[in-house]
Amino acid sequence: MEALVLQFFQWFWNLFGLWDALWAIVKPVWPLVWVLAKIVGILVPLMLCVAYLTFWERKIIGWMQVRIGPNRVGPWGLLQPIADGMKLFFKEVIVPTDASKALFIIAPIMAIAPALAAWSVVPFAEGWVLANVDAGLLYILAITSMGVYGVIIAGWASNSKYAFLGAMRSAAQMVSYEIAMGFALVCVLMVSSSLNFTDIVNQQGRGWFASHGAGFLSWNWLPLLPMFVVYFISGVAETNRAPFDVVEGESEIVAGHMVEYSGMAFAMFFLAEYANMILIATLSSLMFMGGWLSPVGFLPDGFLWLAAKISFFLLLFLWFRATFPRYRYDQIMRLGWKVFVPLCILWVVVIGVWMLTPWNVFK
Amino acid sequence: MDIKTTVFYFLSAILVIASLRVITARNPVHAALFLVLAFFTASGVWLLLEAEFLAIVLVLVYVGAVMVLFLFVVMMLDINLERLREGFWNNLWLGGPIALLMVAEMAAVLAARYFGAEAMPAPQAPGAGYSNTKELGRLIYTDYVYPFELASVILLVAIIAAITLTLRHRKDTRRLNSSEQIAVRRNDRVRMVSMPAEKE
Repeated sequence: MEALVLQFFQWFWNLFGLWDALWAIVKPVWPLVWVLAKIVGILVPLMLCVAYLTFWERKIIGWMQVRIGPNRVGPWGLLQPIADGMKLFFKEVIVPTDASKALFIIAPIMAIAPALAAWSVVPFAEGWVLANVDAGLLYILAITSMGVYGVIIAGWASNSKYAFLGAMRSAAQMVSYEIAMGFALVCVLMVSSSLNFTDIVNQQGRGWFASHGAGFLSWNWLPLLPMFVVYFISGVAETNRAPFDVVEGESEIVAGHMVEYSGMAFAMFFLAEYANMILIATLSSLMFMGGWLSPVGFLPDGFLWLAAKISFFLLLFLWFRATFPRYRYDQIMRLGWKVFVPLCILWVVVIGVWMLTPWNVFK
Repeated sequence: MDIKTTVFYFLSAILVIASLRVITARNPVHAALFLVLAFFTASGVWLLLEAEFLAIVLVLVYVGAVMVLFLFVVMMLDINLERLREGFWNNLWLGGPIALLMVAEMAAVLAARYFGAEAMPAPQAPGAGYSNTKELGRLIYTDYVYPFELASVILLVAIIAAITLTLRHRKDTRRLNSSEQIAVRRNDRVRMVSMPAEKE
């Protein structure tokens, strides 16, 4: 990839006879330039996905509720997210008089930075990854656990009761579900004996079913089915999406931590939420649904499979929102601590014992 | 100065300033947030030392969980700073010598004799394919399995003790049993009565 790009530039600038002069300047900083180019190559499509995810959310929930959804801006309403983005961009960012100014500005940044930084270790296909680090799974867990600060700081710095209530709720909820999520990842780690995402995906491509052309039965979702369900539900709770959206709770506390934010500052919380949704969908596909592996033997592996799986999980997010009423707060805590955590601990033991028996399928 | 040293001094400067601000910040929430920054920067320093597992776990445990709960509590406290300051001079006769003692102890332990460059030679650079996480796991579950298990049992006891100490049974709470609620069927609650229509 890198060589191809370089060749293209060389050919292009040689048309003007400028290549040698340019390369003399660029060469010392080329690795940096290349990494930045890759980051842009990940973030720009991600932001586009976020924009169109908001559009599809409104469309799909509209269809589910027998409405039409946005259809005015552009053909079939396709320019709606662009219009929304422009509107938010040009709105004034109002800082409340009694707010803690610096923290009020930092909070949205703290929300979006982890949501974007997590993507650095996510592979999109064999070798398509910004940083192929050994401890990728741990890194993701650590970085996403910092997302809660954006919400807490926003709630406290706004100096508003509703915002503060939202922050308190989110602190408790996100910390609770992180435990279940971590345990689900421990199971994945046990069966793939690696923390590297590429290894985790490739491990799922091995096994009796995969060698007989039915790869989708070799993926982790089947042996780890309870953990798969726990992980995805915890993911929904971590991203504060319905039915776990007590943090925002429009009908109870207006919009929770975001109530005092306007314009671009508000948009950043929104971007972070949707980027996190896509991240959870991607991680679920990578760790439990075989990532870019093809479900059947006669079709080639590739990025399109991953995209299809991510889209399916994102559809689930939207579907949940259209279907389920909001959980009550004590029910959320009960589900997290009394159902998920014991189930996870039990399944860690089950997997451990399973791997010691002759029926060990994870090799 | 090579790039690694530059990054080290940059991180260390942030770490020192953040740590100082933890004890000098007037607002306890600001202090807690500076502590978060200090933890995060410390994990950066550990990453420079190629201890990636410890660095990530530091962020995961301290930044991601412990400090969130800290902030949770600190934000809800209504701290009167004036009243806290009042005690400063009264307690100095005790606090001062203890602080000096701690500094002396740290100096004795961290003195060049034990932790200097000679006493602690740099470890050999590990070969390619060396995984910090794997090595640590292997050591913990083989050579150090008993100390490790002991530590986890002590932590478990501490957790149970903390929960038991804070457990209060209130008589006026109306406890809900979710499984009972879910098990309810329509026929338990609703009775269909057939009756002739009434005219007014």
